[in-house]
Amino acid sequence: MLNKLPPVVVHLLAALGCLVLLVLLTFAADPFTNLRIATVGYYLIAVAGLALLTGFNGQVSLGHGAFMFIGAYTVALLVKRVPAFPIWADLLLATVAGGVAGLLAGAAAARLRGPYLAGATLALAVGLPAVTQRFPELLAGSNGLSFTVNSQPAGLVGTIPSTQWQAWIVWLAVLLALVVLANLARGKLGRTLRAVRDDEVAASLAGVHVGRTKILAFLVSSACGGLAGGLQAFLLGTAAPGSFTVALSLSLLAALVLGGLGSLWGALWGAIALVYFQVWTDDIAEVLSLRSDISDNLPLALYGVVLIVVVLAFPAGIQGGLRKLWVRVRRPVPSQRGEAS
Amino acid sequence: MSITSHEKLLHVGGVTVRFGGLVALSEVSLTIRPRTVVGVIGPNGAGKTTLFNVVCGFIRPETGDLSWKGRPLRKHRPDQLAGLGIARTLQGLGLFGGLTVLENVMTGAGRLARTGSLASLLGTGKSARDERELRDRSMAVLTELDVAHVAQLHPGALPYGVRKRVALARALVSEPELLLLDEPASGLSTGEMDELADRIRALTEKTAVVLVEHHMDLVMRVCDEVVVLDFGEVIASGSPDEVRVDPAVADAYLGTAPEELPSA
Repeated sequence: MLNKLPPVVVHLLAALGCLVLLVLLTFAADPFTNLRIATVGYYLIAVAGLALLTGFNGQVSLGHGAFMFIGAYTVALLVKRVPAFPIWADLLLATVAGGVAGLLAGAAAARLRGPYLAGATLALAVGLPAVTQRFPELLAGSNGLSFTVNSQPAGLVGTIPSTQWQAWIVWLAVLLALVVLANLARGKLGRTLRAVRDDEVAASLAGVHVGRTKILAFLVSSACGGLAGGLQAFLLGTAAPGSFTVALSLSLLAALVLGGLGSLWGALWGAIALVYFQVWTDDIAEVLSLRSDISDNLPLALYGVVLIVVVLAFPAGIQGGLRKLWVRVRRPVPSQRGEAS
Repeated sequence: MSITSHEKLLHVGGVTVRFGGLVALSEVSLTIRPRTVVGVIGPNGAGKTTLFNVVCGFIRPETGDLSWKGRPLRKHRPDQLAGLGIARTLQGLGLFGGLTVLENVMTGAGRLARTGSLASLLGTGKSARDERELRDRSMAVLTELDVAHVAQLHPGALPYGVRKRVALARALVSEPELLLLDEPASGLSTGEMDELADRIRALTEKTAVVLVEHHMDLVMRVCDEVVVLDFGEVIASGSPDEVRVDPAVADAYLGTAPEELPSA
């Protein structure tokens, strides 16, 4: 019966189911865990956007953190300067700002390939946060902007902890964005993106405007980055350049490879890994009473080791490994390459 | 050089292409009529693929003009060709390795899609219906070419002959009025080549075909008209029988005829 419904209805129903489960989960979790659940949410949408650009369309971006930066500062500036705007409008505008920046970056990137594209996007990640130093009065330099978001309805104050409420908002936005990405991945556009990735000449002969397709991938992907940054600012109440370093951009890409390129599910595993490696290594450091200079670098080291192990064992990432396992259990058809969403 | 007809599908008039000092095509003209098969032959480097690339908009000619159904083709892009009703297969096949065979063919059917990118992004019911139609149509073409059983597999795992059929299916699914085939017989067995010849002839019920090919027996069997290129120039054209006996063609392929060599 589900096959007869339009994809958007199927995806919205799935999103609704996930939201209900998450809301129930937040009731069982403590405030710290709720913060982590929300953090997984915004990383998920950032990595999913990158999955679209790099996994589906083959454009490697080392600067996705730059679009998160734009989204975060859009929300921060709107909350501070236009307090009358509701938070959903701020988040929508952060998404639009990320998208517009992606449109510009994509137009330039459509002419670049491989290492040149990676270099150009890296420059974006390195250069953009420095803008805060150039306009210290507006963007508050390296200290960043701090603010308070009063998004919680008055009736819920006191009954629902703010971290729980914030996790709901984050996941609502993330799931709505994922509905759009899932529509895209499963439909004509997803196929077109992958065709351009595999062979641009053949794609153009099939009637695909290669340049426009690449720019579209950049636009949707950076809009997701903008939303992720906006959600991060909403959650933390700050937007500071120190949160959007090159390390963030590289972590997003590593999370994508770890989770599985070319799959939205892979983005989920990658986002969980991004958040929980930090948590687990903190626990390990505490148990082993490690010095702070060691424990500070432990998450990155562990992340690197896991990345190498996973890529060696499952070149298609965690999602590829899970799919292989599933195929082995079911054995219905010969195994296929992990591409579908 | 050109074939006179009231019905012109594609006309190439006096096209010259230079790569630096090298003349790749020199004043080349040809006309393709509906539902005919035209073979473009010539030694390696004669300019056959360059001619295809000019028609497809990958290369802009220095001089000369092109027209499609009487309308000039100026500054056209390769991606506009499918919309006009021109499809091309590539020498290297160019199949999308990360897509299933069915998805490969569906990508070629984009011309027939009725909904745009926004509908796809929003996942509307109309876009889903459109996808189902494209899938059915693609499956029909795969069935016609006897490769429907590999629809859900990725092309990398398939034998070369099967991959060639998939590439042909991707070109045919858009129901083109003109099909440009770049060396369709290369790498095929004798049996597969016979099948290809029958298939090309059968295509002429709906489609005109231009064939760049090295296998002379195939060209002579299926073509209504043969154009011979050598060093970028049209040195002969006409029916296969006329071209076969043309001394200029023998010279181009085999070198100067012995009687014309200066005596020792």
